[in-house]
Amino acid sequence: MAKAPSAEDIAALGERFSEAIRGTREALGEVSAYVDPAFILEVCTFLRDDPRFQFNLLSDLTGVDLGLDQEPRFEVIYHLYSLPLGHRLRLKAQLPSEEPTIDSVTSIWKTANWHERETFDMFGIVFEGHPDLRRILTPDEFQWHPLRKDFPVRGYDDF
Amino acid sequence: MGLENRVVNALPEVLTTRLDWVVNWARKSSLWPATFGLACCAIEMMAITAPRNDVARFGAEAFRASPRQADVMIVAGRVSKKMAPVLRRIYDQMPEPKWVISMGVCASVGGIFDNYAILQGVDKVVPVDVYVPGCPPRPEGLIYAIMKLQEKIQTDSLRNHPDVPMLEEPALVGREA
Repeated sequence: MAKAPSAEDIAALGERFSEAIRGTREALGEVSAYVDPAFILEVCTFLRDDPRFQFNLLSDLTGVDLGLDQEPRFEVIYHLYSLPLGHRLRLKAQLPSEEPTIDSVTSIWKTANWHERETFDMFGIVFEGHPDLRRILTPDEFQWHPLRKDFPVRGYDDF
Repeated sequence: MGLENRVVNALPEVLTTRLDWVVNWARKSSLWPATFGLACCAIEMMAITAPRNDVARFGAEAFRASPRQADVMIVAGRVSKKMAPVLRRIYDQMPEPKWVISMGVCASVGGIFDNYAILQGVDKVVPVDVYVPGCPPRPEGLIYAIMKLQEKIQTDSLRNHPDVPMLEEPALVGREA
C-alpha cells in the first residue's frame, strides 16, 4: 500500500493553507484533507509543485452525492499520487445542493479533463474553466444526472 | 409427373427442384454473421468458431466486420441506449435477406441490467428471429440457435418477400415441347 505524506508535511500543509483546509482525517493509513472549494486551484497547484509533495499524478477525480437531506450535498474527490515520492493524498471539496460549481483542475493535470466530464455527467457538478464540459457517458440528448440520489434507477419512460 | 418427368427423360444431367428449396438451402448453408459483440457473451460467440465447437460445420463461421458482407447479426451482450441507434444503423446497412439472433438474456430482455442505461431487449430496435437464453449461453446454445435459424430459413418462401422483384411468368414457358 502506498504511504501517505509524513505527519509533519500534512501539518505544514494545514498551516500553509489555514484558511483553505478545513481539516484532515486519517483512516487505514490514508489521509484525506477537506478543502474549501474556493481554494481548490491554489491548493492543487501547491501540492503539485512543492518539493515535499510533488503530486504530479491525478490518479482519480470523482464525485459523491451525500444525500438529499445533506447540506453540503455534493463532494468532489481528488486522489493524488506522487511518482517521485510514492505517496498518496486524498482531497475532498464539499459543494452545495444548489448549482454545485468548482474550478476545473485541467490546467494543473490534463488528465482531469475526462474525469471532470464524467463527474459533470453523473452528478451535474459544473467545473468552471473546463475546456469542453460535455457529457461523456450518457447520450448527448440525456437530460438528467443519473448518479444523483433522486434519480430513479430505471430512468424515465420518455427516454 | 408432367413437366418434371419430361425434363428428366430428355435431359438426364438436369436436376429439378423447387426454387424456394434450393435458394433457402443455399442461404442457410452459408450464413455470414456480423459480429456485434457488446459484452461477455461475445467471448462465447468467439468460442463457437474455435475448433472445439467449430461452427463451420454449419456454414456460419465467416464472421464479417462489415455489415455489407453479412446476413445474420448476432447481438451478443447488453445494448446500451446510446448504442441502440448505432446497432440499428448497422442492421440497416446489411443487405436483404437478413436475420437477427439475440444472444443472452441481456440482449433479449435486459437481463440483470434493469436500469436507465440499458435497452430492455434488442427487439425494441431490430426484429429478432431467435432468442438464446443464458448468461452467457454456452457455445452449444448459440449453435443450436443457428440451427433453429436454419430451420426457419428453410421454411421461408420467395413469395413472403413481395418487395423482391419476381418474374411474372415461369422462365420455362414456351419451351415445354
